Amino acid sequence: MTEDQKIITEVTESDYKWGFISDIESDQAPKGLNEEVIRFISLKKNEPAWMLEWRLKAYRHWLTMTEPVWPNVHYPKIDFNDIIYYSAPKKKPSLNSLDELDPEIKATFDKLGISLEEQKRLSGVAVDAVIDSVSVKTTFRESLGELGVIFCSFSEAVHDHPELIKQYLGSVVPYTDNYYAALNSAVFSDGSFCYIPKSVRCPMELSTYFRINSAGTGQFERTLIIAEEGAFVSYLEGCTAPMRDENQLHAAVVEIYSHKDAQVKYSTVQNWYPGDKEGKGGIYNFVTKRGLCAGTHAKISWTQVETGSAITWKYPSVILKGDYSIGEFYSVAVTNNYQQADTGTKMIHLGKNTKSTIISKGISGGKSQNSYRGLVRINRKAENARNFSQCDSLLLGDKCGAHTFPYLEVSNKTAIVEHEATTSKVGEDQIFYCNQRGISTEDAVGLIVNGYCKEVFNQLPMEFAVEAQKLLAISLEGSVG
Amino acid sequence: MNPAYQHTDKEKFLNSYGAFASRHELMDSPLNTLAIRKFEELGFPTTKHEEWKYTNVSPILKNRFALSTGKSRLKREDILPFLLTGKDSILLVFENGFLNRELSLIENLPQGVIIDSLASSRNHDVVKQHLGKYAPMKQESFVALNTAFIFDGAFIYLPVNAVVERPIHLLYVNDSREEATVVYPRNLIVAKKNNSLKIACTYHTIGNINSAFTNSVSEIVTGANANVEFVKVQTENDNTYHISHTEVMQERDSVFNISTITLGGNIVRNNLHIVLNDVNCTSHLYGLYITDGNELVDNHTLVDHAKPNCESNELYKGVLGGKSSGVFNGKVFVRPDAQKTNAYQSNKNILLSDEATMNTKPQLEIFADDVKCSHGATTGQLDSEALFYLRSRGIGEKEAKAFLNIAFAADVIKNISLEPLRDRLMPLIERKLKQGD
Repeated sequence: MTEDQKIITEVTESDYKWGFISDIESDQAPKGLNEEVIRFISLKKNEPAWMLEWRLKAYRHWLTMTEPVWPNVHYPKIDFNDIIYYSAPKKKPSLNSLDELDPEIKATFDKLGISLEEQKRLSGVAVDAVIDSVSVKTTFRESLGELGVIFCSFSEAVHDHPELIKQYLGSVVPYTDNYYAALNSAVFSDGSFCYIPKSVRCPMELSTYFRINSAGTGQFERTLIIAEEGAFVSYLEGCTAPMRDENQLHAAVVEIYSHKDAQVKYSTVQNWYPGDKEGKGGIYNFVTKRGLCAGTHAKISWTQVETGSAITWKYPSVILKGDYSIGEFYSVAVTNNYQQADTGTKMIHLGKNTKSTIISKGISGGKSQNSYRGLVRINRKAENARNFSQCDSLLLGDKCGAHTFPYLEVSNKTAIVEHEATTSKVGEDQIFYCNQRGISTEDAVGLIVNGYCKEVFNQLPMEFAVEAQKLLAISLEGSVG
Repeated sequence: MNPAYQHTDKEKFLNSYGAFASRHELMDSPLNTLAIRKFEELGFPTTKHEEWKYTNVSPILKNRFALSTGKSRLKREDILPFLLTGKDSILLVFENGFLNRELSLIENLPQGVIIDSLASSRNHDVVKQHLGKYAPMKQESFVALNTAFIFDGAFIYLPVNAVVERPIHLLYVNDSREEATVVYPRNLIVAKKNNSLKIACTYHTIGNINSAFTNSVSEIVTGANANVEFVKVQTENDNTYHISHTEVMQERDSVFNISTITLGGNIVRNNLHIVLNDVNCTSHLYGLYITDGNELVDNHTLVDHAKPNCESNELYKGVLGGKSSGVFNGKVFVRPDAQKTNAYQSNKNILLSDEATMNTKPQLEIFADDVKCSHGATTGQLDSEALFYLRSRGIGEKEAKAFLNIAFAADVIKNISLEPLRDRLMPLIERKLKQGD
């Protein structure tokens, strides 16, 4: 038992390894939020009038809303006038080769282990790297262009493909959706845009990295992915952020629109700064992610590994509108020290013969609180809908908490909805079994936790699975071999 | 709902309190007066309250209900269909909330055991010590309302080592033949150390022209090493609204089994809170609801594991037909000290019709690490293979479905150890399931 406790202590005390600050001059908006700031952002980004109009509409709507208080998380009230809403690296590079990249930024990437060159050469991943809201570098754009795939920063898309943005922006997450979605719609700085034309299978994993760099900067990313009929894309999003004392707000919006027979796979590894051992600092991650399976046989799959952020609050959702459409959600959420996570999913079944699967694994250590909150709704007309949910929680200390709040709303008799949840600690008998076969307690805990998450890690693309394991190793250092 | 409308609802109940309190000389009762003040503060819940998200109580409040003055009209033959089989049970009949001594059978009680009406025991030390101490009238407005209108109900007290082997039947009849009535039954059950008792608590209505509203609260204390079984059966008619709260406080090594069976009613809400307040407690919670028409049945349970080494096991099942809807909200709360807790929960539902709805919310809130907790929830229809098996053996589709549904329900009923009650329940369930399709 004492050895267990030692390991758990080690596990819960490991430091945040990816904390560093890059010294890049940034071009900032004045602190605070008002119509002037929104006009400033829009002007800075050289946006057309309709875009500014949309932002202002969202802002005016936001003013009428109140901050939600229902999640199972606790934090001091956010002063929305004490945030810098726009911060761009000053030198906007237009690069021909990697050598021209600002050496500071390049070094940052190297520290993060992104290594553009290597990825370019070896893995075939096109990376649209985002530092503090402005897309700095996009690779593989040309080879994607040949297939008609559009993969660019959001602001470029506003200029180059206004008809697509006008059609799809806010179609899945309208600015009226919730408090933070409205805020994001008003002040979003940049993000990624991805369009896969009809019957195209995107040949490589598309990937972006979000980082929050300047102190006191809210990061308001907006991602829009559109998959036309019969298209396929696998999209990766990864996050690391440097150490800061102040709490920083991140309110992103991700919209996915999947047409008939199209498939979108969206994977996230999130490792923002979780705050120190006393719970000081850390990122507030309040994100709205939603996908719409608009056509028949459409499929959207969310996979997430959440290890960072002081507070995580997000529910990647799928609206299963098309008949035979499929929604999936795979999640590992690790909380440590004073971290709080309230995460889960929503599966809204509207079409006939729709299917959804939810696999959620929560691991809590230290004094953290980890909640699963999910909704499965089968509407009156969703004949033969099928859902399976499994939500497991693992507790690694006696001061942490694990909570499950599933909502199952079934209004059709042909539906089959199953939900299962368990909460337990690493079994003493399991550790004993490993010990007995010559595996040290430390390795055994690692083995068990890794095995516990395997179901979700298996869903990640290869490149990400490696990073996910690294992140788990940081969060659970000393126990993962 | 506009605030003015809500105000008048609340006002209606507040106004009837004045007449009630002066009639029963309760103006000076600190408990009743505190409760009516709390109720005034809380008001009625709306669907904006998380705990009432799926249950809208405003249809109940639209009615105008009269409070009974205690006048008796009930005859022996009126209650015959509600009695348990077998002759040896202790029977308390409550007519519109008041004990009817003529119809009741309270004789040959073991030494020291008290089974009586609450109205005549109000000054008993045990009542003074326990009444209103457990049910959360500061948070729940219907508990506050019931507490304000406490007048009668059952008071059961078992001293140390007492055992009552005969089943105790608490029979509540809401007689709404003349006018729409509201009743506020209140039960207090205190079982001391090493006790054993079995209670059946059944609710019925007579008359189906007027609507009726039952708002009941039961407080149950199970002493150390006591073994208490409580079965709550609700077979009121389609015009009856029923909101009840059962609060259970368990002391060390006690066993508490409860079954909540809902077979009728228009809007039914059953709140059940069990606090496992000391080590080595065991509780079993069973529930069954069979609904049709426009019924709404809402079961809210909270199992609060406050101390280590306790075990709770919960099984709720529902069969929903017509345009009815069901709600299950089961919360298991494990406090930081409650190590070595085992808590299981399962909710299974069958939807029989296209217009039935089931909203399930099983919840785990766990603050201790050395625990084993799980919950499962399913909603679906009958297993098509099981149906095929029966049909391939020459059983008609309707009978086969009834078979399977009855077996589904029997899974809950078989846990009731009171045989006379089981015998009474099974035919009711079979009839309801056979007509259901």
